[in-house]
Amino acid sequence: MGKVLMKGNEVIAEAAVHVGCKYFFGYPITPQSELVAYMARRLPEVGGIFLQAESEIAAINMVYGAASTGVRVMTSSSSPGFSLKQEGISYLVGAELPAVICNIVRGGPGLGNIQPAQSDYFQVTKGGGHGDYNIPVLAPASLQEIVELTEAAFDIADRYRTPVILMGDGMLGQMMEPVEFKERSEQEKTEKAWATTGTRGDGGPRIITSLELDAEGLEKRNWSLQQKFALIKENEVRYESYQTEDADYIMVAFGTVARITMNAINKARKNGIKVGLIRPISLWPFPEKPFIETRDQVKAYISVEMSAGQMIEDVRLAVNGHAPVDFYGRTGGVVPTQEEIYEKIITIAGGVSV
Amino acid sequence: MTMKTVFKKTSGLTDKPTHYCPGCTHGIIHRMVAEVLEEMDILEDTIGVASVGCSVLSYEYFNCDMTQAAHGRAPAVATGVKRVLPNRFVFTYQGDGDLASIGISEVIHAAARGENITVIFVNNAIYGMTGGQMAPTTLIGQKTATTPFGRDASLQGSPIKVCEMIATLDGAAYIERVSSHDVPHIQKAKKAIRKAFKTQKKGLGFSMVEVLSTCPTNWGLDPAESLEWVKDSMVPVYPLGVYKNKEGGEN
Repeated sequence: MGKVLMKGNEVIAEAAVHVGCKYFFGYPITPQSELVAYMARRLPEVGGIFLQAESEIAAINMVYGAASTGVRVMTSSSSPGFSLKQEGISYLVGAELPAVICNIVRGGPGLGNIQPAQSDYFQVTKGGGHGDYNIPVLAPASLQEIVELTEAAFDIADRYRTPVILMGDGMLGQMMEPVEFKERSEQEKTEKAWATTGTRGDGGPRIITSLELDAEGLEKRNWSLQQKFALIKENEVRYESYQTEDADYIMVAFGTVARITMNAINKARKNGIKVGLIRPISLWPFPEKPFIETRDQVKAYISVEMSAGQMIEDVRLAVNGHAPVDFYGRTGGVVPTQEEIYEKIITIAGGVSV
Repeated sequence: MTMKTVFKKTSGLTDKPTHYCPGCTHGIIHRMVAEVLEEMDILEDTIGVASVGCSVLSYEYFNCDMTQAAHGRAPAVATGVKRVLPNRFVFTYQGDGDLASIGISEVIHAAARGENITVIFVNNAIYGMTGGQMAPTTLIGQKTATTPFGRDASLQGSPIKVCEMIATLDGAAYIERVSSHDVPHIQKAKKAIRKAFKTQKKGLGFSMVEVLSTCPTNWGLDPAESLEWVKDSMVPVYPLGVYKNKEGGEN
């Protein structure tokens, strides 16, 4: 199959279908509504089910129900709607049900606006709902990467029996780029003997629940979840390093901001400033390795975000005091320009060397 | 000499002793649902959805695949299950706090969509598990932990009559209110539950049976008084009967 020109939100939907997701429960919210509309048209073609729920809360609980039968299932939303899904996401974690949840982030807090933002970073990477947990979060920076990461999200969800969050910003959802859906060489198949599908002939009954009234029982269960999270940390870290080998300064950015930052870096390099980029692709687990490898050589890190500064906390933890960590960000739906970021690099580097 | 078995426990229930208070009719309602599943030979094809409240542990008592839902969300979870497995039987088991308060939206929309599921709605006019607070179904004048002077319509509004409301929706195929306060009513209740599952079997749409139930612990009454209270105080507010029967005919 050749390349096709598509919109980001539609790419997420098609990538999900491509990897065997036949069930989608959604609710309209800008700027991700194209995803819902695409699924409504597309899923009947593959014998799947699209259902528009009465609320984000109902949608995530329909996902919970579908996931409990062992099928690949997805829902998507944007920030205010994503907040509403948090209850259900916590239950998915507690009941260990695989599902993919997409958050096309917009400006907040509250109703905020519909412009691109990354200000749900804390919410998606630090648990978000109640209880002791983390969720794998993947943040694509291009439409082709959406294809790869949507597929990876479903595999990770099945492999670890966990919800996985796909996080983009409104820009990524709305932009158009050519993408290719390649045949997967090896489709990962996970046995789901835990699924509740009726007991006929399967030796059940089985129970899907997150309730454990006994404190020591719940603690045991929580430690076993923590072991799973440790395994995910070991196996599912993703990042890209760009021109970091000789860098005096390293920018840190994810998603579309990383692309803008990359352009600023190229310009700075032309002017003799040795600057590179670490682009976290998995926001949780956060990639610590590229920081450990560089933190004793660089003069400073600069976290660039479409927020008032959220990922910078993880950058600081990874740098662990070995180098200064600075910040440049725009919030409220304002997208930082290449020039602004370039200026920041120049300021930090103490001017352009002539 | 061989003894003839004239009665045995339904295979629809596990052997686990229930945690319900003495005089609570949850046990009876569990048994009716379980017997119907056994008698219709659909126990192995059924997925139950437990809710939050006193019946949260119902997944340990029903002898079929069970999924536990968040508070009020059982009809949404059941929707997810049923849409994937349209040939299985899916039911929710919910109390009045769960269904009529926090989950009223989910049950209304499941009914409006005509989801082919069965909702067993147990109404005892109070929150039991959390210690006897006002429910949307609490009667006017009824004293609870959060209406210590009795429910006052001008302050706390009036009881929600769920069957009457759901019956107005086109997607609702079978809606009946029954009671568990004496043997004749229990027999009627079981018939209604069977009719609801038959409605699902025929793919007619949303079915719900509301069962009036007791809460001696939080009502501050003994078990016998509680049954009387259902009959004398609840039934007049929540009239028994069939509110919707799309298919027509007897139970």
